[in-house]
Amino acid sequence: MAIAAASLDVERIRRKAWDAAARVVDPEVPVLTIADLGILRAINVTGDTVEAVITPTYSGCPAMNMIAVQVDLELEKAGFVQRKVSTVLSPAWTTDWMTEAGKDKLRRFGIAPPKAASNSRGALFGVETIACPRCGSSETTRISEFGSTACKALWRCDACREPFDYFKCI
Amino acid sequence: MTTPLFDYTLRLADTALILGHRLSEWSGHAPTLEEDLAMSNMALDLIGQARSFFDYAGNIEGKGRDENALAYMRNELDWKNWLIAEQPNGDFAATMLRQLLIAAYLAPYYRALTASKDAQIAAIAAKATKEMDYHVRHAGEWVIRLGDGTEESHRRLVEAMADIWPFTGEIFDVDASERALIDAGIAIDPKTIRAEWEKTLDHIFTEAIVQRPVDGWMQSGGKTGRHTEYLGHILAEMQSMQRAYPGATW
Repeated sequence: MAIAAASLDVERIRRKAWDAAARVVDPEVPVLTIADLGILRAINVTGDTVEAVITPTYSGCPAMNMIAVQVDLELEKAGFVQRKVSTVLSPAWTTDWMTEAGKDKLRRFGIAPPKAASNSRGALFGVETIACPRCGSSETTRISEFGSTACKALWRCDACREPFDYFKCI
Repeated sequence: MTTPLFDYTLRLADTALILGHRLSEWSGHAPTLEEDLAMSNMALDLIGQARSFFDYAGNIEGKGRDENALAYMRNELDWKNWLIAEQPNGDFAATMLRQLLIAAYLAPYYRALTASKDAQIAAIAAKATKEMDYHVRHAGEWVIRLGDGTEESHRRLVEAMADIWPFTGEIFDVDASERALIDAGIAIDPKTIRAEWEKTLDHIFTEAIVQRPVDGWMQSGGKTGRHTEYLGHILAEMQSMQRAYPGATW
């Protein structure tokens, strides 16, 4: 019984820490939490220490340092004294980990969400069709493979003429 | 005394950082705002890959050197990057061609390296290969546009090709240290990705109406620390802050 109670306890701590860490939003896409994005990978509880495990979207993502600091802050606010934030690279982050709720939030924010597994690697002048997040038209043109952040490309809608960001698939 | 794994990891790190630094030199100088963003983003990918490799190299060495110590406190002869990465940016055509030649190599190289028996090398490669795929597309599209563009853009691309091609031999060279890691299943033999590299280039060069040069005399030395005169100038600029104020943070 004692063991069962202890493991229930660990589960409760893990859940509490997850909920705290999951409040952190991506500083560059502030409508998405790191849980929506799939950046928050795990919470490990060892003795009195909780460890939040995060993974970068892109190798050079400059938001990672800030995210790590904010996760630490949220854990502190939730009352965790002994805590650490670790970064893992494997398995490599993929846009497939983004939740459906996250994709809806992105669209409403004006960013076209990633299309599942649409990165035809090495394809030149890619043939992907991205719907405009504002008017829904699929008459869109890619302006640049690289946008305002590492994870986004720059597109323009030929119907409503609005430029928009597209969250790239990797 | 260094180990083959340390040297190998450092070569990957050094090439990524030096090329990333070169691309970052375009920040604020690119022909259009979109290109400025693109080159800064590609630089960021490469510098991020370099950080992961430096961090791992420091762990392998076990002497307490972190990514900053390896990037900012080593002298020219200790750098193991390919010579092609340190060549000056030249004009936009030269930068895009250099980027294509390297990205078309690194994308399949890292893809193969995801099967490395070294778990950390494999993990870094798994992230990097996806990023390099975008670099191939971006640089490839520009090489086509410039080659099949105006007389002037075509001329510049052809000139860039003549300048840079002799530096592509080294990227396929393997020395005894690297051979040992290939045999151990940790590194991969670059010869295994040569056909894919050539196929990507030929596809793009055909559309760009330029010839892939025939291999002639090839320049080498970067992987063993013998560099062109350009590396010293890069290091002087890149390292000046940490040399003047060791350990400075902000």
